[in-house]
Amino acid sequence: MQKEIIIAGFGGQGVLFGGQVVAYAAMDNGKDVTWIPSYGPEMRGGTANCTVVIADHEIGSPLVKNPPLAIALNLPSFDKYEEVLAPGGTLVVNQSMVDRAAKRDDIHVIMVPCNEIAEEIGDKKLMNMVAIGALLTALPEIKVEDVEKALKGHLPTRHQHLLPKNYEALKRGYEHAQKEWDKVPA
Amino acid sequence: MPKELWKGNEAIAEAAVRAGLEAYFGYPITPQTEVLEYLSRRMPELGRAFVQAESELGAINMVYGAACTGVRVMSSSSSPGVSLMMEGLSYIAGTEIPAVLVNVMRGGPGLGNIAPAQGDYYQAVRGGGHGDYPRIVLAPASVQEAIDLTALSFDLAEKYRMITMLILDGSTGQMMEPAEMPAMQEIKRKNFEWATNGAMNRERRILSSIYLNPLDEEKTNLRLLTRWQDVQANEVRYKEYFLEDAQFIVIGFGTAGRVALSAVREARAQGIKVGLLRPITVSPFPYEALEQLTGQAEAFLVTEMNTGQMLDDVMLTVRGRKPVEFYGRPGGVVPFPDEILNEIKRIAAGPVPVHSNPRVSWLHRATAHA
Amino acid sequence: MTTPNNLVYERPEAFTESPTHYCPGCTHGVAHRLVAEVLEEMNVVDKTIGVAPVGCAVFAYNYFNTDFVEAPHGRAPAMATGIKRVLPERVVFTYQGDGDLASIGMAEIVHAAARGENITVVFINNANFGMTGGQMAPTTLPGMKTSSSSLGRDVETQGYPIQVSEMLSTLAGVGYCVRRSLHDPKNIRLSKKAIRTAFETQVRGLGFSIVELLSTCPTNWGMTPVNSLKFVEEHMIPAYPLGDYKISEAVKQIKV
Repeated sequence: MQKEIIIAGFGGQGVLFGGQVVAYAAMDNGKDVTWIPSYGPEMRGGTANCTVVIADHEIGSPLVKNPPLAIALNLPSFDKYEEVLAPGGTLVVNQSMVDRAAKRDDIHVIMVPCNEIAEEIGDKKLMNMVAIGALLTALPEIKVEDVEKALKGHLPTRHQHLLPKNYEALKRGYEHAQKEWDKVPA
Repeated sequence: MPKELWKGNEAIAEAAVRAGLEAYFGYPITPQTEVLEYLSRRMPELGRAFVQAESELGAINMVYGAACTGVRVMSSSSSPGVSLMMEGLSYIAGTEIPAVLVNVMRGGPGLGNIAPAQGDYYQAVRGGGHGDYPRIVLAPASVQEAIDLTALSFDLAEKYRMITMLILDGSTGQMMEPAEMPAMQEIKRKNFEWATNGAMNRERRILSSIYLNPLDEEKTNLRLLTRWQDVQANEVRYKEYFLEDAQFIVIGFGTAGRVALSAVREARAQGIKVGLLRPITVSPFPYEALEQLTGQAEAFLVTEMNTGQMLDDVMLTVRGRKPVEFYGRPGGVVPFPDEILNEIKRIAAGPVPVHSNPRVSWLHRATAHA
Repeated sequence: MTTPNNLVYERPEAFTESPTHYCPGCTHGVAHRLVAEVLEEMNVVDKTIGVAPVGCAVFAYNYFNTDFVEAPHGRAPAMATGIKRVLPERVVFTYQGDGDLASIGMAEIVHAAARGENITVVFINNANFGMTGGQMAPTTLPGMKTSSSSLGRDVETQGYPIQVSEMLSTLAGVGYCVRRSLHDPKNIRLSKKAIRTAFETQVRGLGFSIVELLSTCPTNWGMTPVNSLKFVEEHMIPAYPLGDYKISEAVKQIKV
């Protein structure tokens, strides 16, 4: 088993942390995992992305050209990763930040209004966790509870009081995505 | 100890601390700055020496000074900064004292960029400072390996009174992976018979790299080379993947090596009998392991994130007995596995001429696409 | 060996028996002796580590009875930093000329001073690169002929002399910074007192200490030893005034 995920968006949308949470969950499940960010000037305000690879064996390349899984939290990321996603792959798109529908029909595009859901929960910063929750519907190797455990285990103490809202964001994202999947013809 | 998710640069810093690092001197440069930042917190917390130097030149000479006292000392930098340190490296080598230097390589030459690269292989392995001197160069390909080799680098440096360099590219420095950190070692000053740490009722000592009489300097050069024979005999490290029945053999170090692993797995899935040799010590280079493989292989593919530097070491071993091909992505570009897979398929489809110049034929292929 | 009753002068124990390689009339030997006497009087010879420069004093390690290391050109303050940071209880000093300290090693000396490194610097200013045969140094006087300013230093094209003590005295990390001269017995005594104060500054942990010593270079200046002493008095001192450029309040309390 090997799965590759790219998470992309604007700097400040929690892209890198979102990827780390998935990596922690994979590690705690006994998987080999790599997390690698795009680094440098683009960290400051521009687009940011990270690649997470999860496998049962020693991971080779930590970077991937055509990932089967991706999250696009903004329009530039949607444009970029819709193009490169592997056929049959799943792309979670933050519907709140895009103004178009998917172009490809050989991939699954799951639209999730991450900003709105996060704001309903009461913290717009949770938008990344909504997207991660949605992604988990296409990543059976990691369950929502695994990510919850990872958050609990690795969130800095000063942020631990935010755990319940993070859990809710994950759950809401997951549930929303499941409804989207139900619309996909078998 | 349980595994934790460590970022390469920070893992190296903590591994050095646990190996008994008593002093760190450095200067900010992307993509290694996290080593400096991490140690700026960690070292004072433990009452150990940390100085952000005025330049890499200052940093390496602080390392030189501290190394003369026999403590475990380290600096880290990235390509342009390491170039500045070459003066100090030559002096440290000439003085025959242990020191550890980490180069988190980026795209070059010149200011280049901050993307992952392997263009400093020659500088680390062959060139660098002036004069004849050997040095141990370790090339980790993962965060765990970076941790293990950081700890090892201090032991090797002390055992052979020699510089040990870690070369990794920016992506290993920036990457997070689950890794196990070794236990904290107590600091034990070893009282080396050469250390200039204040005479304190013994004969005074001098540490210098001066041998004004050329015959003495010649002796020194021969002594260094003799010591290097021991290193070559005892310290070669590499990792083998799928080599038992391999007809085609890929050779790559660091990130290029692990990217090649993905390609080799995929090629195996497609029925090609291909394996991977990943040198961990690029100096001493695993010449003997490669010599063994030369009988078995139908052809070799060297893959690097440069224009073919380790390629020279491979060709020195294979010596025209088998075809050697090259695939490189210089300048800060990391290859994707499919690029290397295509090369494996091309070579497996054969025939590959044995006498071609692999660097030139690769250049033709690379520029034909552009 | 019998000891004369009226012994007034002998080799300090901090010196080895090795004869120095300095030219006749050069004041390096005097400066060395002053440092050796001070180390001995302070009873720190056994815990001192010297850092030799590149320049005429490159072999300083042959003359002092202490541990010694030999730095790359200009880098002595960085090496001394490395040593002192891991061995703060030892006495660490550099001995540097003006080419070493004020030209190639300017960054290292300024930053060691700015960091307030607890080291002592003995700085020999003889207005030229001595070892390589008398080339222009940053300290060469305007109009002064050297082998690389053969028509005399033209400040329009070759710049102005650097006044190191004045410059370093502006830095907060500096505890003690003075300029003295070695051109006559009185000034030699004052120089020794300054060197003593500098080392006392270090052992008390009061920050960076430096003594700039105006020195002669009869060989490269093309003068007799006596004339070169006069040159210091008549030409060097006006360009590099003797004096205390910085003595911190804490250092002022030291009595030597």
